[in-house]
This record gives sequence, structure tokens and C-alpha cells, in this order.
Amino acid sequence: MSLLTVEKASFGYSKTRLVLDGASLDISPGDSIGLVGESGSGKTTLLRLLLGLIRPSSGNITFKGAQLDPANAAFMREYRRQVQVVFQDPYSSLDPRQKVFAIVAEPLRSLRIAGDHRQMVTDALVSVGLDANVLDRFPHEFSGGQRQRIAIARAIVSGPSLLLADEAVSALDLSTRIRIVELLKSLSQTMTLVFVSHDLGVVAALCERIVILEKGRIVEAGPTASILANPQHPYTQRLLASVPRMPA
Amino acid sequence: MSGPYQWARIVSGPQNRKTRPILAYTLRRLVILLFSLLVAAVVLFILLRLLPGDPANALLGVGATEAQIASARAQVGSDQPLYVQFISFISNLARFDLGTSFVSRASVVEEIGNRLSVTLPLTILGFVAALIIAVPLGIIAAVRSTKWYGAAISVISQLGIAIPVFWVGILLVSLFAINLRLLPSGGFPLKGWANLGEASTAMILPVLTISLVMSASMLRYVRAATLEVLGSDYLRTARALGSSFPEALIRHGLRNGAVPVISILGIELASTFLGAVVIERVFSLPGLGSMLLLAIQQRDYPNVQGVLFISTLLVLLIGFAADLTQRIVDPRLRDRGAGTP
Repeated sequence: MSLLTVEKASFGYSKTRLVLDGASLDISPGDSIGLVGESGSGKTTLLRLLLGLIRPSSGNITFKGAQLDPANAAFMREYRRQVQVVFQDPYSSLDPRQKVFAIVAEPLRSLRIAGDHRQMVTDALVSVGLDANVLDRFPHEFSGGQRQRIAIARAIVSGPSLLLADEAVSALDLSTRIRIVELLKSLSQTMTLVFVSHDLGVVAALCERIVILEKGRIVEAGPTASILANPQHPYTQRLLASVPRMPA
Repeated sequence: MSGPYQWARIVSGPQNRKTRPILAYTLRRLVILLFSLLVAAVVLFILLRLLPGDPANALLGVGATEAQIASARAQVGSDQPLYVQFISFISNLARFDLGTSFVSRASVVEEIGNRLSVTLPLTILGFVAALIIAVPLGIIAAVRSTKWYGAAISVISQLGIAIPVFWVGILLVSLFAINLRLLPSGGFPLKGWANLGEASTAMILPVLTISLVMSASMLRYVRAATLEVLGSDYLRTARALGSSFPEALIRHGLRNGAVPVISILGIELASTFLGAVVIERVFSLPGLGSMLLLAIQQRDYPNVQGVLFISTLLVLLIGFAADLTQRIVDPRLRDRGAGTP
């Protein structure tokens, strides 16, 4: 059974200009899917639809067979418990005036998850490679990579089955990026991962399937290895050709 | 280990990681405050000495003899060389001795104390009322910026900024005192706050005037700060992680939005205090502003000097409090310069 299904979803800020046009996607448990495209291709809009932050102008999104309904508070609480997100910029996605404990415990509080929150937060931090003694520190006391680990700890603290990552490594320097990709890779062994990126290299390292978007439309989708080896759509070919390579 | 080394050891101890930056900042800021006060005192001294005529003339009036003038100059100290006058002026200020009024012969400190019992409640009540109006309306104007009432609040606040404070005062007097006869048009009971009922009634219109005018500009700042928070990544993230909109706004918006507003509020409070001068004139209140105007008219130099010095001190203290509050609220500012562990 599919975990999350998107059927011909469209979204536009006006009726004439769609930023996402008839996108269909099927996410099964254990999948690791990369949504790839340039800026303005509609990948972040698709992610926002998956998060229930916006509603599709047309089409359907279903979670475990039930229609995604942002107006249904009880459904959305369970949905958000199962589907969590890591955003691009670790400098701005963490509240600068909250300590690490309050930041990571936010989903537990918001979703009214019972239990020993301090222990759950500590476990989440340790699982992303941070010390348990960082609970009382503020985000500005950490490097970019550490902040993104805090953001990932926050996303996994509620025990989601699906993790959405929106350009989660693009604001990081190269060595930090590699370490965060390795962390996401290890997390993808235990949960479903949807990774949004414009960087084909990172997606190739992380995801088993790729979905290519261009101007709001899905132009190609399939296993990562076969698409990278034999791209069919001209846009995918251009994307692949634009990946920087070391000179021979 | 003793003396400054002991102090340094205590301050740099690991247990003081959080308090150290605030303590260091407070000390640094206190030094700046004292230095600013000294500069203000020097400027005040020079300005008053630049005024034409001798202060002794103001003490005597027209037709005094040479002997009387010489005696008066000796009395006020204007016969001394300028540097002696300056040292005496500064040492008196350090002891908080602002001299004696030429006109009433009363202690300036005492007279200012009496006047502050009107000006301070007027300023504080006006400021608090302005906050009560501005904060919720500013947040509504930002959160509902696309709705008609959000836009209406914004437009009305813009108009409020354009209207001079004395004009608002006159309009309110015309409405509540002259037409509706609900409140007095001005004045303050001779017994002051001992006559609580009458004193409170006398304060209503001046406080309302100050609060309406101040809230207009405050509202703009609150609105701008809220709009910035609404567009922030951490608020969007909180929503995506499961917080409802009001929950996310209260948990993240209020504190984050407060930081830029606090620094503005310091300036607003200082200008409310200085703006009270005009309001006291409109409502015939015996506050610090009226005292200053009267002292200038009567060439009562000690009173002028005293009021200006105390006003400067209060404005500097407000700035100091605002800066310190901002540091306490914002951990990034608090730790600035302390180094990251």
C-alpha cells in the first residue's frame, strides 16, 4: 500500500499561471525519492503540497489512502506526526531565541505527544551525532552543519515514517554537506525519504528514485541508476550535462 | 589572588558563561552613560553661559545698584573664573545639588520632584496605554494585512502619525470637555495626588492624547516587526512541524518581534517624556515641561539647568534600560563578543 499518493496535482497563484501542473507521484514505505529541477521548476511547491501548507488547485493527495485535508485538525496532527520536514537554511529555520531543547521538542509539544520529552529529545540529538549536553544552548552557538543536525533531530523526534527534506544541504559547505548527506542516507534506511534538490550529485548519492521537474511538470521519473545512465527527456539530458566534472 | 585578578577570575569562570556577557555589557554601557551625562553637563554649562546677560541680573531685576549686582554675582558665583564655576557646577551635580531657584528660593531638586509627580505618571500612563493600543492592533494589522480592516488600521495609524499632538489634545478637549462635558479641559488639583479622584480625572485627557499619538507610530513598528516574523523560516517551519498558526505566532512571533520593537520603544518612551512638555501646556498641568517654560520666561537659570539635566538623565536612563532589555531578550546580542564555546 502506498504511503503518500499525489494524483494530477496542480497549484497556481492565479488561474492562468500554474507553478505545478498535473503532478503525479507514488511514494511507498522505504522509498528514497529525489525531486530534482531548477529554480522555479515547482519542486518546492510540490513539497509544500505534501506538507499540507498549501492546497492543490486541482488533483488529490492521499496519505495511507485517506485524503489529505489541512482543515481537519485531528487528521493533520496524525499526518504531521508521520510526515516531518527539514528545510534548506539551518540559520533561519531555527528560532534564534529558543534553546535546543525547546526547538527539538517543538513537534512533541505541538502534536501533544506524551512521554519523557527530555529523554526523547536527547535520543534524537544523539542519533544525529550531537552531544546530549547541548540542550541548553542557543542556535547561534553552533556551526551550520550542527544547526542542520538540530533541524534533523527536530524532524525525527516524533518518530515519523516519512521525512521530507527541502534543499537540506544546499546552504552548507562541501565537507559539512557530505556529512549531512551521510546522516540522511543512514536515516533513509529506517524511514521513507523525499529529498528536494537542484543538485543531481547529492540526489544520486541519496535516492533510489528520481523525479525530474521542469516548469511545474514531471518530465521524467524512474530508478536513479537508469535515469543517470540513460536520460530520455532533453531537460534531464541538459541537467546531467550541466553537472560540473573534474577535467580529465 | 586578590584585587582585579580575583574579579577577573570570578567573571571568567565557566559557571558565569551566561551572566558574564550581560554583566560586562552593563558595566560598559554604564560607563558610556556616565560619559554621556558628563558631556551633556558640559554642553549645558556652556549653553547657559552663552546666554546674553549675567544670571545675577535675573536675580535682581531692573534698577539694581552696582553694589547689589556685585553682591548678587558673588551669591550666584558668576564673579568667579569660568573654570572655577565649572568645577563647582560639576561637583554640585555629582552631589545631586542643583541649586536654589532664583524666583521661588526653593531647592531645585525639591521643585523638580514635585513637578515629576505630574510628568512621570503622565508619561508612564500615556506610554502604557499606547502600548495596550499599539501591540494588538499592530499584530492584527500585520496578520490581516490583506483584509480590509488590516489595511484600515494601517491607514489610520499613518494619519495618526501626521497629526500633531497638540491638535489631538485640542480635539479631545473640544469633544470631551466642551461638547460632552464629561472631563475637565485642564488643570490639576493644588493638593496633587493627595486628591486622588480629581487628579486621576485631570490625567485622563492628557494620557489619552499622548497614548493616541504615540500608539500610531508604535503600531507601525509592531506591524513591521510582526510582518517580518510572519515571513520568517522558523515560523513556517513551526507550522510545518505541527503548530497551529496562533500557537506558532505566540511561541515564536512575540519574542522575536519584540527585539526590534524594544529599541524603538526606548526612543518612543523618551520622546513621550519630552512630548509631555507640549501636553502639559495644552492641559495646564504643573509638570516638568511647564516648569521649564516658566523658568525660561523668568530667566530662572538654576531651574532651567536643573530641568534640562534631569530630562537628559531620564532620557539616557531610558536608553540604557532599553539596550539592556534588548540584550536580555535576544541571546545573540547577549553573547556578542563573548566568543562561542
